Amino acid sequence: MEQVIANGLYLGAQYAMIALGLTLIFALMNVLNFAHGQMYVLGGFVVYEVYGLMKLPFVVGLIASALTLAVVGAALERFLFRTVIRRSEREESTMLLAAGVAYFLDAAILLMFGEKQRGVHKIVNGVFIWDNLILPWDRILVAGLAVAFIVAFILMMQFTKPGRAMRAMAQDRVAAQLMGVPVAFYGLVGFALGAMLAGLVGGLLVTITGVNSGIGGAISIKAFMMVMIGGAGVVGGAIAGGFILGMLESVGLTVLHAYGDITYLVIFVALMVFLAIRPNGLMGKPWG
Amino acid sequence: MTRMQRSARAAAVALFLLIVFVVIPLAIYETHRTDLYYTLSSVALLAIASGGVWLTFYIGRINIGQGAYALAGGYVSAVLVSTYGLSFWLSLPIAGLFCALISVLIGLPILRLRGVYFSMVTLVLTEVARLSALALPVTNGAKGITSIPMPGAIGLLGLTIVPAFDSFAEPNAAFYFLSVTMMTLTFAALWRLVNSRVGHLFAALRQNEALASSMGVNVPLLRVLAYAISSFLGGIGGAIFVAIAQSIYPSSFTVNDSVNFMLNCFLGGLSYVFGPMLGTLVLYFGWDLLFQTGQYQLLIYSGVMILLIVALPNGLLSLRWPSRKAP
Repeated sequence: MEQVIANGLYLGAQYAMIALGLTLIFALMNVLNFAHGQMYVLGGFVVYEVYGLMKLPFVVGLIASALTLAVVGAALERFLFRTVIRRSEREESTMLLAAGVAYFLDAAILLMFGEKQRGVHKIVNGVFIWDNLILPWDRILVAGLAVAFIVAFILMMQFTKPGRAMRAMAQDRVAAQLMGVPVAFYGLVGFALGAMLAGLVGGLLVTITGVNSGIGGAISIKAFMMVMIGGAGVVGGAIAGGFILGMLESVGLTVLHAYGDITYLVIFVALMVFLAIRPNGLMGKPWG
Repeated sequence: MTRMQRSARAAAVALFLLIVFVVIPLAIYETHRTDLYYTLSSVALLAIASGGVWLTFYIGRINIGQGAYALAGGYVSAVLVSTYGLSFWLSLPIAGLFCALISVLIGLPILRLRGVYFSMVTLVLTEVARLSALALPVTNGAKGITSIPMPGAIGLLGLTIVPAFDSFAEPNAAFYFLSVTMMTLTFAALWRLVNSRVGHLFAALRQNEALASSMGVNVPLLRVLAYAISSFLGGIGGAIFVAIAQSIYPSSFTVNDSVNFMLNCFLGGLSYVFGPMLGTLVLYFGWDLLFQTGQYQLLIYSGVMILLIVALPNGLLSLRWPSRKAP
């Protein structure tokens, strides 16, 4: 049982970080970023190149991955999403654009890095054993780093000027603009930040699970589920959703193991029932 | 509507029917490109399913779950035909009605969701359908159902109206006529629906549900109705698709297909009934034409798609002659 909980926390930390990026982009821009999983994959491949192939320190790989994704995110916002939001009659059109971007990144990643499953050597060796709890040290390190990034992100959102501006924008874009917040600029920053978070998780996890150019879509679906559990556009909700999904997955894989591969089916059905009762997730505000 | 607009519309419909039922088959006959029958049938069937998605757009919901209903419809038809030996023609309406029924059960709770919540939950629904198809005993798991018999003959009072499909030298031609007939009927029905009283109520739901409700419109009933029609079309499209492919697997309709149904509607233009038809044609053939580019296929395809949406965010049909002044 301790093992199951530890696995759940480990999964939850990374999931929360994925969901944070998605929810941030949604809160600021009202864009459902279909390409989030692909950004994660890109981050993983950048670390694979820098740390795995060029043999530079892991930290350099993480920074490279964060910078790459921030640039990609900023460019997407500046040149694509901003234009479409301005020109389109219905804001749902950004979904088509996001889906197109997801396909494009999928194709670009496949061309650049090939279709093979890629992994890197471990960042730290050894296994942590306590009673009947067994955890490799690198998993603990990755989960710890993820938590550290999440805490840093929350502190940034709470106590810095850009953070305050972005929270104001998420609450009410027009009101924020009237108070002198440069909403266009912070939209760009938010998009870059959201993409950066996805890249960082990808970079962290490539050291454990490796990365493969085809997993982007599945990651996006998981991220959507976490955001739905917690409530879209709310930082606390994304974190809660991430940990809940991580825990459900860990418990489900253990408990439902005997009945075959139905963990996700059960989670999906439970999610639909949950949403029928609480349409806006745990903490979300009504939308629409 | 003036008499001129009326006759222009009639001419456009006649031209469409002429192209679909006469010109294309003749052209295929002359050029011996019989593979196009299969391609065009697929386009027609995907357009039917996309038409359903378009209807949910019309009530202001972004539906990324049509793949689930296409899969369900396909499985219902496949199981009925190959396991119980039922006629394909009977299984077709059963598949559609089955999808409409489950969509009512699923729709009642989830249609209360709006915006991204609804679209995310429908996206998840596609995944649920795939996993259910893998887990349920009746669907034969990952192996799928294969070598499904072709549609048989329809007779009335000893008169054969539609001969059995395997009696044709080119069964795909028969499927082509079946598919485009269904597509024509679907879009005619959609057009009629949108321009009816119920259609105006649907439009009212899109604009403001609370306001419509305060005017005495039965909002929950109407949105479930629209969703059920949408899913019915998804089931029909899926069932005919399975009959053409003569096989179905849990991966026959995936999240990608659901997203594509949505993209077809967007690309054609959400404000136009015939948008999904055009969108499906362009996306499907765009993908096919890019086949020669090999490994760059997806890259070019998605690149062009991004450029299109940036240039024409309101869909292809929003393109106007540049000379005409904006209203």
